[in-house]
Amino acid sequence: MLEVRNLSMRFGGLLAVDQVSLNVQEHEIVSIIGPNGAGKTTVFNCMSGFYAPTGGEILFQGREIQGTPDYKISRLGLVRTFQHVRLFNKMTVVENLLVAQHRHLNTNLLSGLIKTPNYREREQKSLDRAAYWLDRVGLLELANREAGNLAYGQQRRLEIARCMVTEPQLLMLDEPAAGLNPAETRELNQLIISLKEDYRVSVVLIEHDMSLVMEISDRINVINQGKPLASGTPDEIRHNDDVIKAYLGEA
Amino acid sequence: MATQNIKHALFCAFITLLISFPILGLNLESAGTTLELTGADSATIVAILVAAIVVFLFQTFRDSILTAAGKMPKLNRWSDRQPMPQEKRLKLENLFMTLIMISALIWPFIVSRGSVDLSTLVLIYVMLALGLNVVVGLAGLLDLGYVAFYAVGAYTFALLSQYLGVSFWIALPAGALLAALFGLALGFPVLRLRGDYLAIVTLGFGEIIRILLNNWTSLTGGPNGIGGIPDPTLFGMEFGRRIKEEGNISFHDFFGIPYDSTHKIIFLYLIALVLAFISFLAIRRLMSMPVGRSWEALREDEIAARSLGLSRTGVKLSAFTIGAFFAGFAGTVFASKQGFISPESFVFLESAIVLAIVVLGGMGSQVGVILAAIAVTILPELAREFSEYRMLIFGAAMVLMMVWRPQGLMPMRRVHINLQKQE
Ligand SMILES: Nc1ncnc2c1ncn2[C@@H]1O[C@H](COP(=O)(O)OP(=O)(O)OP(=O)(O)O)[C@@H](O)[C@H]1O
Ligand SMILES: [Mg+2]
Repeated sequence: MLEVRNLSMRFGGLLAVDQVSLNVQEHEIVSIIGPNGAGKTTVFNCMSGFYAPTGGEILFQGREIQGTPDYKISRLGLVRTFQHVRLFNKMTVVENLLVAQHRHLNTNLLSGLIKTPNYREREQKSLDRAAYWLDRVGLLELANREAGNLAYGQQRRLEIARCMVTEPQLLMLDEPAAGLNPAETRELNQLIISLKEDYRVSVVLIEHDMSLVMEISDRINVINQGKPLASGTPDEIRHNDDVIKAYLGEA
Repeated sequence: MATQNIKHALFCAFITLLISFPILGLNLESAGTTLELTGADSATIVAILVAAIVVFLFQTFRDSILTAAGKMPKLNRWSDRQPMPQEKRLKLENLFMTLIMISALIWPFIVSRGSVDLSTLVLIYVMLALGLNVVVGLAGLLDLGYVAFYAVGAYTFALLSQYLGVSFWIALPAGALLAALFGLALGFPVLRLRGDYLAIVTLGFGEIIRILLNNWTSLTGGPNGIGGIPDPTLFGMEFGRRIKEEGNISFHDFFGIPYDSTHKIIFLYLIALVLAFISFLAIRRLMSMPVGRSWEALREDEIAARSLGLSRTGVKLSAFTIGAFFAGFAGTVFASKQGFISPESFVFLESAIVLAIVVLGGMGSQVGVILAAIAVTILPELAREFSEYRMLIFGAAMVLMMVWRPQGLMPMRRVHINLQKQE
């Protein structure tokens, strides 16, 4: 469903991403790994429309989307989380989920001001969806807390729930396990698998936690210094000499 | 630490001397055809020295003074309490608003004519502050040129009535809509700007409008302003002693009561009250609607908002447009209240005052903003003797507020939303 062909991104003199290709099928978890500064986040930024890539193509369901503004890409069903959690901190947990659904709501001012039945119905629907996902990630009790006051692990889960209420087809997670303790990482693991199995979304995952990556990925892409290094199943990657060298070299 | 404190304090005292001595300690006096520089009397010199010493002492012991100040009882004990259940809060809020509305309705009939006039002004500022609260408090867009939209509303009415003889009731929506249109027009060039840059461009916009009004003499009368703006009518009844327009009757004739000039003032007050109340309700509703939430989302994190499909263009433009709309309302009422307007009523200071109201009240909090609007408009009137020091007191109050309650009088509280567990 997603195909990235020879993606390049240049920042002035720095070629942060060089000829990276990637493809994601329906209901599949694909990981991108690589040492720090390899260009993983930059690939995400190009895919989600934050940067217009300087070269290459990105096709989402057969449509070229490189250079399309970010908010339009997310409306196509391609939603992401961030390496550093980006919640609406002063808003409550539910409100975070409601905002995410507002592009589904008809934002007609008048129907909202006089509260037409149709408007109420849609509002109730988005409340129900929010409640469902809060329950799913274990935050229903905290629904009316300010998002900024949640514990770090809870914020991470809220960010994923906020993507899921938009009913995406492809979810991009940038280091979702960073800063989580082992128990939380296991939970996250379960959650990501269930997103694929139960909700039929595809996931692109950037992660440094190798055990997590090896366990849940269907396929893995390795990038090093902006260049594609290897790609294949977890087993192939585990035994790939180039990959071992790159990681040992870094360590 | 201590030496650094003293160094800093000495520096501050020096700055105090440097600023106040030339301003207060030296006088220019005209001696015949030339100017003469004379020193001030010794009392002034002593006062300047005392001021410098006070600054020195304050800065030396600043930390301990500020901690002591922090321990002082809170200005508003309510503001830090836990959120209360939604039903209770709604009930309380409705009760509070009903009480306020009832007393506001009785008010003009028990106080003097001057007080009613002042109250109308307060209500105009309430409308302005509620509107700016949308732009600054909710959407987080620092707008320093808000007075421009107020001016657009006022001038729309003035010009329409002067050239086309349009009445208040038609000019009211026209002024608000035209102001909203100007809000939209300002929104476009500043879409990409944030923070300081946005503040400077909006400041410039405010000045452009004022200077335009000042210089387009053929249309606006320039600095001479526009007079003879008509009063609002009640179902075609006029409030003047004599009828101005053919076919109308006057209020006092219709009811067979003697003419009283306060009728008109009370009527204007009531119009302003109703409009302010409508603004309050409309904005409160907007806050819990998709638009309102996306304003806040944009303020909290623009990148995250965009990644969820909110278009920055749409959200920012709607904030500017709706904020400007209410300023247009306020402007039309103002023009009608004054009967005469000139560019002098729309200087930067007005923007600053409305912004101060929003900050003092607590960004995003409607009740806080209303309270602050009342305080900021009425206090200077009560302290007439100090009118020369008005800005000084104002500045001092702002500094104190920022030390004690940086979040404002009544910080915004989140709305509690009840959710049902979904299977
Ligand atoms: N906006 C930008 N302007 C200039 N250089 C950038 C920009 N964004 C990223 N880079 C550079 O591109 C390179 C790749 O950065 P990127 O954030 O994609 O790495 P990463 O693989 O996500 O690393 P990490 O594992 O630390 O998150 C880095 O050298 C970074 O400094
Ligand atoms: Mg990264």
